[in-house]
Amino acid sequence: MKNLLISPILIPLITAGLSLVAWKSSRVQRIFGLLGAGALMVAAVVLFMSVYTNGIQVLQVGNWPSPFGITLVADLLSSVMVVLTALVGLAVAVYSIAAVDEQQISFGYFPFFQVLLTGVCGAFLTGDLFNLYVWFEVMLMASFVLMVLGGEPPQVEGGIKYVTLNLLSSITFLVAVGILYAVAHTLNMADLSLKLTKIAQTHPTLILTVAAFFIIGFGIKAGIFPLYFWLPASYHTPPAATSALFAGLLTKVGVYALIRVFTLVFPRMPHSFSLLLTLAGLTMVIGVLGAFAQFEMRRILSFHIISQIGYMIMGLGLLASNNPAARVLGIAAAVFYIAHHIIVKTNLFLISGTVKVLRGTYQLKSLGGLAASSPWLAILFLIPALSLAGIPPLSGFWAKFAMIKAGLQAEQYLVVTAALVAGLLTLMSMIKIWDEAFWKPAPEVLPKEGSPSSGPLTPRRLFLLLGPIILLAGLTVVIGLQPQPLFTVAERAAAQLLDSGEYIQAVLSNSQAAIQEFDAVRGVPL
Amino acid sequence: MKSLILQTASRYLMVLLVIFSVFILLRGHNEPGGGFVGGLLIAGAFALYGLAYTPKTARRLLRLDPRTIIGVGLVTAAGSGLAAVWHGQPFLTGQWLPYRIPFLGKLGTVFFFDLGVYLVVLGTTLLVLLTLEEE
Repeated sequence: MKNLLISPILIPLITAGLSLVAWKSSRVQRIFGLLGAGALMVAAVVLFMSVYTNGIQVLQVGNWPSPFGITLVADLLSSVMVVLTALVGLAVAVYSIAAVDEQQISFGYFPFFQVLLTGVCGAFLTGDLFNLYVWFEVMLMASFVLMVLGGEPPQVEGGIKYVTLNLLSSITFLVAVGILYAVAHTLNMADLSLKLTKIAQTHPTLILTVAAFFIIGFGIKAGIFPLYFWLPASYHTPPAATSALFAGLLTKVGVYALIRVFTLVFPRMPHSFSLLLTLAGLTMVIGVLGAFAQFEMRRILSFHIISQIGYMIMGLGLLASNNPAARVLGIAAAVFYIAHHIIVKTNLFLISGTVKVLRGTYQLKSLGGLAASSPWLAILFLIPALSLAGIPPLSGFWAKFAMIKAGLQAEQYLVVTAALVAGLLTLMSMIKIWDEAFWKPAPEVLPKEGSPSSGPLTPRRLFLLLGPIILLAGLTVVIGLQPQPLFTVAERAAAQLLDSGEYIQAVLSNSQAAIQEFDAVRGVPL
Repeated sequence: MKSLILQTASRYLMVLLVIFSVFILLRGHNEPGGGFVGGLLIAGAFALYGLAYTPKTARRLLRLDPRTIIGVGLVTAAGSGLAAVWHGQPFLTGQWLPYRIPFLGKLGTVFFFDLGVYLVVLGTTLLVLLTLEEE
């Protein structure tokens, strides 16, 4: 049953292959996309249940023992992230059926969509740093294509910024990986964890430098201040379904990588956590302030992604604290926050896409009167919007509550203040969208209904557009009313992350024999 | 640009390149070579044919659309790993036939993985090159 671990990578990959074979028929591709996303969801849930009941699962791909081969590892954090990926994948796959036009499908929207999911799942499941780099690349290649699919001039402009900065981030990451390999002779994360403790004693500055490289590399991907500017420059350019997928998943892979590397690979370094905490506070406030100047729905939402990333990083930064309870709560809150954020953010982008379908624009100035003309959409918007701002009883409230509680326990009052202020400003920003797009009377000259390619709004199409939104909004409410199950999972994940013994034991249980065998063949010990 | 020399030469070179690419593919198991290099070689053969005649002729000679080839390659490579799953071993563990096959030697799932890579590289390279040649 260990092969279960490969299924979240294999299912989207094979779906991508099959969609390519069926490139002529957009109908078959849509069906494959839906089936693939459904199968991924099932596999992700089964994997999560298995990890939840049986502990960390490990697969040595190709039967090459660790630390030599490629190891796939699913601990609770990984499996939760895979479930969330599958959820976003499923929601966007359904939405895409109605929202993505024929031209994009003919350029390969569905295969690249699946390749993106492959890359994201691979990044979450791998137990090897170089492999993580490879999955990042898979994910980025797919996202580059999706971003410029259709080739509208703004898309290309946004795409260039996106590509350049993400390549910069990849290079930084690769340099860090190179240095690590040079000093530790391994890239297996569990193995590195054991070796770096010793190396950090002899070469403390070198390890600190590598840590800084990782913060920069992953920081660009996550969109941390001051490395976030590619994000608002590009996320509003691709079609709605694509930007919802990006908004839900991509930056969170960066956050995941930061959490993984700084809890497992590096020994506890208070300096880097203090730095992360400062960056987290700045990211929250600056992100939310950036949103004020914007009058385009998706641009506002993009700036809020940055602000929200700050909260997640804050959980990681709280590891600087000397209070063990605050450390566990901080990471647990970060995990909870990621889950809440992925659901809410994807939903908000899907809603903005629906607004575009209804009114043909994202500009708040030309929108208005949506609450009167489509009250259902207004309510569906309010749920994630208020959740994002942290209004009880929605999921965002509990996420912020746990994070602020952890901050208070760690006695980091400054960053707690920043979190509270950012929360308030988020609410103002959401009210701005509500007021401009939904509440105010529609402007005199209505823009042309729908973009030329979007076609008529049949009941079937409306159902496909709204179905995923209702699903995600429902989840937000359910998590809000019953936060305990998710929080228990988050706490267990945090405990697992902070005590890396179980992870290392699971990955390296058979490696001693492998190393001895290797030395015997090689003649000299490593 | 039509060149009689290139057209005549490419007909012979085409055969040689295709045979050589298959040779490289098969050689790759224990010696330098393999699916990636082999795929590039055969893609080069078709690209040359497209230059000498027209990209359209090259497409006709290829019969399948490059996108289909990429898809088949992806599924072949991924599927080659599944044979191990069938036997209860970790994904991608090599499975071998117990006897040797003339010319090919030992045949195993590793070959099908390489074949998948070969097809993906062939498809991707040709998709790019033929589109550029058509521009």
